[in-house]
Amino acid sequence: MQPAIAVRQLTKTYAEGNTGTVALRGVDLDVYAGELLMLMGPSGSGKTTLLSIMGCILTASSGSIWMAEKEITQLTEKQLPAIRLEHIGFVFQGFNLFPTLTAGENVELMFDLKGLAAKAAKKRAAELLDQVGLGGKCDTFPSDLSGGQKQRVAIARALAGDPGIILADEPTAALDSHTGKNVMEMMSELAHKRGRAVVIVTHDSRVLSFADRIVKIEDGAIAGPGSSLLEPVPAGMLAHNFSQPTVNLA
Amino acid sequence: MPPLAQRNLFHDKVRLAVTLTGIVFAVVLIVVELGLFVGFTVTTSGLIDHSGADLWITSKNVPYVEQGVAFSERKLNQVRAVPGVADAQKLVAHWTQWKRHDGGEDSVQIVGFNVDDAMEKPWNLVEGRVEDLKSPDAIILDELYKKKLGVTRVGEVFEIGGHRARVVGFTRGIRSFTTSPYVFTTFKNAQTYTGLREDQTYFILAKLTPGANLEQVRRELLDRVKGVEVFTTAEFSHMTRFYWMFTTGAGVAVLIAAVLGLVVGFVVVAQTIYATTMDHVREFGTLKAMGAPNSYVYKVIMKQAAISAVIGYVLGMIVSVFVVRASQEGGAAILMPMPMAVGMFFLTLAMCIGAALVSINKVTRIDPAMVFKG
Repeated sequence: MQPAIAVRQLTKTYAEGNTGTVALRGVDLDVYAGELLMLMGPSGSGKTTLLSIMGCILTASSGSIWMAEKEITQLTEKQLPAIRLEHIGFVFQGFNLFPTLTAGENVELMFDLKGLAAKAAKKRAAELLDQVGLGGKCDTFPSDLSGGQKQRVAIARALAGDPGIILADEPTAALDSHTGKNVMEMMSELAHKRGRAVVIVTHDSRVLSFADRIVKIEDGAIAGPGSSLLEPVPAGMLAHNFSQPTVNLA
Repeated sequence: MPPLAQRNLFHDKVRLAVTLTGIVFAVVLIVVELGLFVGFTVTTSGLIDHSGADLWITSKNVPYVEQGVAFSERKLNQVRAVPGVADAQKLVAHWTQWKRHDGGEDSVQIVGFNVDDAMEKPWNLVEGRVEDLKSPDAIILDELYKKKLGVTRVGEVFEIGGHRARVVGFTRGIRSFTTSPYVFTTFKNAQTYTGLREDQTYFILAKLTPGANLEQVRRELLDRVKGVEVFTTAEFSHMTRFYWMFTTGAGVAVLIAAVLGLVVGFVVVAQTIYATTMDHVREFGTLKAMGAPNSYVYKVIMKQAAISAVIGYVLGMIVSVFVVRASQEGGAAILMPMPMAVGMFFLTLAMCIGAALVSINKVTRIDPAMVFKG
């Protein structure tokens, strides 16, 4: 099976005066469609850097990333936005919604970037919000939404681009446990029912039960015996398991 | 495109008010200064432009209309004798003293012409007729200068250059660029008021026969009439305008003030648009992370600038129209011809778009990776 995203010998060094700070050291990683992978590790371990490079918003110092049979590390900075738009959906810790736009308009924005006509974009945005359980909130501004609702709008926006890969940075960090669970259920649905490759960077041990695979990063390298790419974590070993998913994104 | 630009702009109403105030300030300042420049320019050469003559004959080295040097009126017949000249008239335009009833004195510019066959004559008459100047000692002046000269009504008698002068009419809007108002009268009275000898004149105005070649007639005049210079009305008008606007520095000062208005407006607008952009920098970073090309982000910023420009222009022009109208009552006319009003729109747009470029430069450098920071 071809991975949705394949990372090979990836390194990243941040320049700092005459020296440099090594953030990633020869990372290898495959993420498959239909899989929910979690990247864990202490602060400064390089997991967000890895997510950023996988998301084509940061360039690697060396190594390669393959996505849809294309080596994206060879692309120029001008070509990368198109790759992001075509293949990747982002979900952020701070939601990153546009506060001056309504929930519906936030989602429409992605459709607009994809070149959809305004009327069709409006209709599709309403459908997507409906799918994430915010059917009646199209005209509501983010300031009038709860944290969980905001994250659902962000997920709907990420889905609007119809990406094969969803990259999420601490999507539950700003949410209470109930809302966090709800959001994770959605992410799980995206992977398992919609066949997306979902990569989540998290510190939140409560969400680990949703992972198909957990990859730990320490000091810029994948930790564990032989830096194994596939290291399934038995659900019973995880603390604070959430209950069964209840949200239907189909 | 969802209305991101509009919403960003109207979201912070205080900042919008500051932006619009900056634009309105710039628009009004530029309109006033350019309007003054246009007003001054038109005023300086008003006498020449309204003459209806084709050629102005002056003595040598006369730089502008107020600086005429007397020469023999016998040249009038020589001018009339040149082929292609249909008519020629003498004209006095010279300074002298006006004595008010309170004993005070003011400088005025006497404009003396042939009432029976006038090329130069007062225009925009609101009281009296040009023919009324045929009565003894009759003068016409502009109502703008009533207070300055102590005039209240037609029929009042004053002293000009030590001689009797009786007001028989008023014009409206004939300003003088200098502090000396124009006083229209007959050529003969003008000679008396300015102390000009009976056989002298300051200018000769010539009208050509239909179809006559202007350059040819001018060459003929220069050949046949010695000791004079011959200018087309447009040339003499330009010389006079250039003298007052640039040689004296008056026009340059006004133009510099207009440029300063543009600079101040640019800085205020650039600063506020930059601040608005910085307020939304994370959103622009998110847009870029989502896959928006730089051009998409530029479009949002440009749209903000364009909307600001349109609103600022409309408000600025409303204020400007009031200022322009108010100036009609004063000594310095601010004119706003239609091309200037239209040009101001494009100037405002350019100013705002230019100011937005500062923000665009910043947005280009936004690292989309910032979206992962908290």
